[in-house]
Amino acid sequence: MANAANNKHLGKDFLPPDVIAKVTGEAKYAEDFRADGMVFARLLSSPYPHARVRSIDLSEAEKVPGYVGVLLPEDVNNPAPPESPLLTMEPGYIGSAILLLAAESETAAQDAIDKVRIDYEPLPFHLDPLVSLRPDGPDAHTGGNVGGAGVELQTIKWTNEDFANAPAGAMPMGKAAQEWTYGDLDAGFAQAKLIIDTPFVHASNSHHSMEPRTAMAYWQNGKCILHVSSQSQSFILPAVAGMIGIPPSDLVIIAEFCGGGFGSKGAAYTLQALPALLSKKLNRPVMMRISRAEEYYHGAARMGFQGQVKLGFAEDGRLLAADLYIIQENGAYASFPDFRNAADGLSLMYQPAAMRWRGLPVFANSPWRTAQRGPGYNQIMHIMEPLLDQAARELNIDRLQIRLKNSPERKGVFGSRRTAVTSCYVREALERGAQIFNWEEKLRLHGQRNGSKITSVAVGQAFHPAGFTGFDGLVRILPTGKVHIHTGVGNLGTFSHSSTSRIAAEVLKVDWDDCVIERGDSRRHLPWNIGQFGSNTNFTMARTNFVAATDAVNKLKAIAARRLGGNAEQYDVDGKRVFRRGSPGTGLTYAQAAQLAIQYGGSFDGHELPEDINAMTKESAAALAGTGLIGVAKDTLPVDGAPSAFAVGFVQIELDLETGKHTIVDYVGVADCGTVIHPAGLETQIKSGAVQGFSVAALERIVYDPQIGLPASIGYYQAKPATYGDVAHRFHTSAVDSPDPSSPLGTKGIGEPLLGCAASALLCAISEAVGGHVFNRTPIVPDMILNHLHGRPQAHGPLQVNCQ
Amino acid sequence: MAESIDAQAEARRLSRREFIKRVIASGAVASSASFVMGGMAGCAPRTRAALAGAAERLISIDVNGELRRVDVLPQETLAMTLRYKLGLTGTKLSCDRAECGACTVMIDGVTHYSCSTLTHMVRNRKVVTIEGLRGADGALHPVQQAFVDELAPQCGFCTPGQVVAAVALLQRNPNPTREEARQAMAGNLCRCGAYDSYLNAIMRATGNTGEIHHG
Repeated sequence: MANAANNKHLGKDFLPPDVIAKVTGEAKYAEDFRADGMVFARLLSSPYPHARVRSIDLSEAEKVPGYVGVLLPEDVNNPAPPESPLLTMEPGYIGSAILLLAAESETAAQDAIDKVRIDYEPLPFHLDPLVSLRPDGPDAHTGGNVGGAGVELQTIKWTNEDFANAPAGAMPMGKAAQEWTYGDLDAGFAQAKLIIDTPFVHASNSHHSMEPRTAMAYWQNGKCILHVSSQSQSFILPAVAGMIGIPPSDLVIIAEFCGGGFGSKGAAYTLQALPALLSKKLNRPVMMRISRAEEYYHGAARMGFQGQVKLGFAEDGRLLAADLYIIQENGAYASFPDFRNAADGLSLMYQPAAMRWRGLPVFANSPWRTAQRGPGYNQIMHIMEPLLDQAARELNIDRLQIRLKNSPERKGVFGSRRTAVTSCYVREALERGAQIFNWEEKLRLHGQRNGSKITSVAVGQAFHPAGFTGFDGLVRILPTGKVHIHTGVGNLGTFSHSSTSRIAAEVLKVDWDDCVIERGDSRRHLPWNIGQFGSNTNFTMARTNFVAATDAVNKLKAIAARRLGGNAEQYDVDGKRVFRRGSPGTGLTYAQAAQLAIQYGGSFDGHELPEDINAMTKESAAALAGTGLIGVAKDTLPVDGAPSAFAVGFVQIELDLETGKHTIVDYVGVADCGTVIHPAGLETQIKSGAVQGFSVAALERIVYDPQIGLPASIGYYQAKPATYGDVAHRFHTSAVDSPDPSSPLGTKGIGEPLLGCAASALLCAISEAVGGHVFNRTPIVPDMILNHLHGRPQAHGPLQVNCQ
Repeated sequence: MAESIDAQAEARRLSRREFIKRVIASGAVASSASFVMGGMAGCAPRTRAALAGAAERLISIDVNGELRRVDVLPQETLAMTLRYKLGLTGTKLSCDRAECGACTVMIDGVTHYSCSTLTHMVRNRKVVTIEGLRGADGALHPVQQAFVDELAPQCGFCTPGQVVAAVALLQRNPNPTREEARQAMAGNLCRCGAYDSYLNAIMRATGNTGEIHHG
């Protein structure tokens, strides 16, 4: 798969150092740690979707044998609304945390929780943003019904006319909170041969992380030791310290393993701070276990969309104009800008000549929403790709060709600012995928019947930004000759903590066996790094490891020149030694150079540090000073555009027209992730991203009782993430493997769009199997298919949410 | 004192190795005293009160070939005993409701969800957890090695359960087809979606390389 010929590590498979522990059970997640004197804490969760807590009476709870203490809303510093409170006197959804109670055993803690008497004043609530936008609609919390995601907290109510003016089934479109336009929209629609104008719904869906966000904390010598479930390591530390109310230097975060996050554990979240605060109050270690149901309350969900999109296509299939309106369901608190991301995604993937976007994020009395794999960028593909097929059908164009017709150039631009990407090879990905899938041949199978089953083939595509700049790298060569690569990236299961560390090994030309990865515990002196989210790790961390390793190489050469004569430019490295070019016998081993670095001091061994590195990196490097040769630097490399990842998927399914159930027969996934860094890891991601895509497209459910706000999907069997039975029978994977010019060794991320392209392909395949009917809704579930086939009305209203 | 005399008498009957094992086991009982867990969160208070009044029992269970003595509450699940009293944290809790298989162990060679098995039910039965699969020399079990070779785990949280389920499958059917393996593994959820990689690993462990799918 990889173009690896000239590289020592890049594009080659390796044994990630954490994989053995995963198959032996030795991998320790937050709930696997114990501390002497540890007590157990349970959350008291709101039974109301929206209420005010008038009073809390602990008198009976305190009498329960084993009761130790409690953390109340008054004990915490909540952020300003609409950010998620740590503990609240105004619960915003069923499951909101009101207090945390500790006892000698978990059973005693729950007994005491049951004895807490709370006087609630129930408040109006809603689970549908459109309800809140009505002139007299309820607000999910006091202070406003719109906000978060970069939008100021405010109240927006649409007029009765706004609602009355919407045609039957179409979305009313009153005042938006944000909007942008480029190009001449009216001219684009006027020139269009075909106009599609349709409402849509994208359901919210839970993250279903298999490790519940259990946390355990204790204090030692004034420092808080915190075991958490986190996708990210260094990135969350300042924010968690802020929630606890201590300087970052007084917080130790241990997150060596993370049992899935998919965006919900990327940034700091409130449950990470609660046991630390209670532990401080009680002076006892606190274990706060989170149950599966609680994980569905506190584990977040993807933003749901209600919207309307109008598309104008030329006769040749070119998208001339796009007009997009999105209402984003925020949950009860501030969330992520999916509704803005979606607009960028549409504008990049289809390059419309003119486009307008309007949108607003609306609060609802449902659990916290946050980024989920491909936030906004994937939802819009799930909505758009079936519409592209509809356009292809009506214009009599091949479905692959209409995508090629609209796909971005190598430096495609997007959004209102017309930002260029660093690189785009989506056309090559489409062509590669079509070849592997044998698109032309498979089209002949399309529509064939086998009893009650019909074969359908389809293609889907997706995009996501894939990198940041400005973070730090830190490597250390010890007098043993070993290279320690310090990485503050988390462990989401992609092995990218190691694959990106191999960039440093590549630059230093060292054998992998001579490398030690330092990660997973802030006491291992880690640099300031981006979190592991947003498909960015490869690009961002390739750059940090590149600059740190380059700094180390420069220091090796400088030390050699100082010791052996000449100047640094006359020296080179081979992975074991730094030697004089033309005189290979004149040189030092890395071990000798590291020893000399300690002798020379200054910047060589970390006693002098660059001014521009982050305070966290400075502290880590200072702690390591004098232990070896320190390579440390901030990534200030140039970047030409917005790093971007693309992926395409081709799928063949059989849809049973009697049951509405589908079987995935064949799937081909192709990634545009720059130069492939880790072929085996990429293959795994392409396949498993597709599994999550199939899950979002046609399986998962998120359901609330609209009368009482009670959630009906707080267990796996209710929420239905994909199982062994739902995966493709045959996966094929490939990569374009063309370098990104803004990445020092060509690599860029890929995680998110691998879900979106597969989900889009499956949504298209199901739609095409039933005669091209576009459901305008994700997920498409069997009862929707059967209702359509039998001419029955759907169980849901056109814009209804949280109902399936 | 009576217990002490009994223990000395028993020690005379035991090998030195066996005696040390039991001392370690009873140490585990002592150190786990503060970790008494009911796993009862969510049960009605009356149910918990009734069960809390029942007699606690010191029992012996065979875990990974060792007899472990442990103080077990009447309502205690095997997953909680393993994790909180015997220190075997490789068995994971994800749903605690017999839905996901992260807590899969073998009892007399048959897979069970330990989150939904009462510890009192496994007296006189042989429990094998993920920690019991390595060879005496520390070598990985062939299934574990195949999981490594195929880079099958992702986040790793479901992996111990997947490995135990795969070992149990191959014990009763050493040469399953890929489809048989898929059916047999269907009780184990992986939210990362690594199913195809896990199936590849099982095919590798059986030597059925023709059914390993790459590319």
